[in-house]
Amino acid sequence: MARIIVITSGKGGVGKTTSSASFATGLALRGHKTAVIDFDVGLRNLDLIMGCERRVVYDLINVVSGEATLRQALIKDKHCENLFILPASQTRDKDALTEEGVERVLNELIQMDFEFIICDSPAGIEHGAIMALTFADEAIIVTNPEVSSVRDSDRILGIIQAKSRRALNGGEPVKEHLLVTRYSPKRVDAGEMLSYTDVQEILRIPLIGIIPESEEVLSASNQGNPAIHIKDSPVSQAYVDVVGRFLGEDLPLRFTDYEKPGFLKRIFGGK
Amino acid sequence: MALLSFLFNSKPKTASAAKERLQIIIARERSGRTGYDFLPALHAELIAVISKYTKVDPKDITLSLDRKGDLEVLDVNVVLPEIEMRS
Repeated sequence: MARIIVITSGKGGVGKTTSSASFATGLALRGHKTAVIDFDVGLRNLDLIMGCERRVVYDLINVVSGEATLRQALIKDKHCENLFILPASQTRDKDALTEEGVERVLNELIQMDFEFIICDSPAGIEHGAIMALTFADEAIIVTNPEVSSVRDSDRILGIIQAKSRRALNGGEPVKEHLLVTRYSPKRVDAGEMLSYTDVQEILRIPLIGIIPESEEVLSASNQGNPAIHIKDSPVSQAYVDVVGRFLGEDLPLRFTDYEKPGFLKRIFGGK
Repeated sequence: MALLSFLFNSKPKTASAAKERLQIIIARERSGRTGYDFLPALHAELIAVISKYTKVDPKDITLSLDRKGDLEVLDVNVVLPEIEMRS
């Protein structure tokens, strides 16, 4: 059974596309045939993060409007055999993204034996964001430990519970997961940042992982490499853990505790 | 002084303020989208039903939806008019 997963947040700039790219890559690395779709019509960026921007010929809107076939538009990932990217349109109007069109594309992907379909949602609560979550079986809510991000996450949870197909059909609700990104254990320890338990207590959904704040994410996106590919990095290991938990493994949280430097280290150096 | 504050980190802890503010605003925003938009209709029908049996001022029937922990409580309050005692 294929699973459709929306990566969403409400607020922009919290790490949706970074997380979509790494999560989809992680699933593919585990041997699952995975597609990742950019729903940000007009502001396409997943192609850059995945490093396939120069290979984009057709996009989601071309497929929705019948100007190209799905097979023509899907871009094979440069690292993974079983990962495909469906880019967003850069030029077209977002109203071209119709509910029927999106449903048809998703059904066709399921017919093509994709096991996981990742929908990278645009920021906001407008049409594109609604289309990305409408057909979701599961949702990963990307949240920064920061007031505006947490509030917007709660808002988008309300929209999922009201507007998704599963909510409207009254069946099993969309399964929600909390992904806390840009987490700084040091600042949490200093009382400057909400802890993941604070965020979880407020949003009241199960935690799927914590991605530590890291400079490596920028250098990965500079090069068009999903962050999960960074060698020996807490960020990539945290994403690997997220994928493992999503696939049902019971993995302890990592990179969430701050080890205070000793007295001498505080005086004689170290950051 | 700078060395002292470096050694004995004494910045105010703002995370707890963030948590408290979020809890309040999110509780308020959630109560606004519970999906119970039947309250006005229920109110009108209650007035109609109660009026069949006794005279009641529509203003004396109030409905409110509250949250107590994990429970949602529908509070219906009907104030009956004072009945004139027959002597």
